[in-house]
Amino acid sequence: MYIGQVAGTVVATIKHEAFRGRKLLLVDRLGLDNQPSGEYDICVDTAQAGVGDRVLVLDEGNGARQVLRLHEAPIRAVIVGIVDDVDVEACAVSS
Amino acid sequence: MQLARVIGTVVATQKYEGLQGIKFLVVQPLDKRQQPEGEPVVAADATAQAGPGELVFIVGSREAAQAMPIKFVPVDHAVVGIVDEVELSKQ
Repeated sequence: MYIGQVAGTVVATIKHEAFRGRKLLLVDRLGLDNQPSGEYDICVDTAQAGVGDRVLVLDEGNGARQVLRLHEAPIRAVIVGIVDDVDVEACAVSS
Repeated sequence: MQLARVIGTVVATQKYEGLQGIKFLVVQPLDKRQQPEGEPVVAADATAQAGPGELVFIVGSREAAQAMPIKFVPVDHAVVGIVDEVELSKQ
């Protein structure tokens, strides 16, 4: 899992049926400095997240299917939480 | 799942039997501002409706095969949606 920030929304009408009725958000991956690292994922939202929120992203297929209660789905990245606070010990940070 | 632009099609008559009837596209992965990022890849088209020039989103690794009619097939990237709009915040 990683911490990201919702940067925008993605709209797609024609899509695999596993995505039907699901909200897609574009999430920037954040580094320890809380800045976007340049990587991003298009995620299915299960946490009612909105643009600007810091979120917890699960990027793994088996877990994603379990969260979405689907046996088969081509879905990997899922927003599973909205982050209130992250506290990282300064000594553990190497830049 | 990432954005990508369809830049071509692939035709392969002889292929693994589970892949019969699946359309393959050459797609260029994009960054969030829709600029090319990394090398193009061949992706199976799970929408069956994507064509060259279109903005799509792709899923990689094992989940790509989950988009196919037969689940255990040798596919590592799949087009799973045709993107109408990406709206980014101003930041």
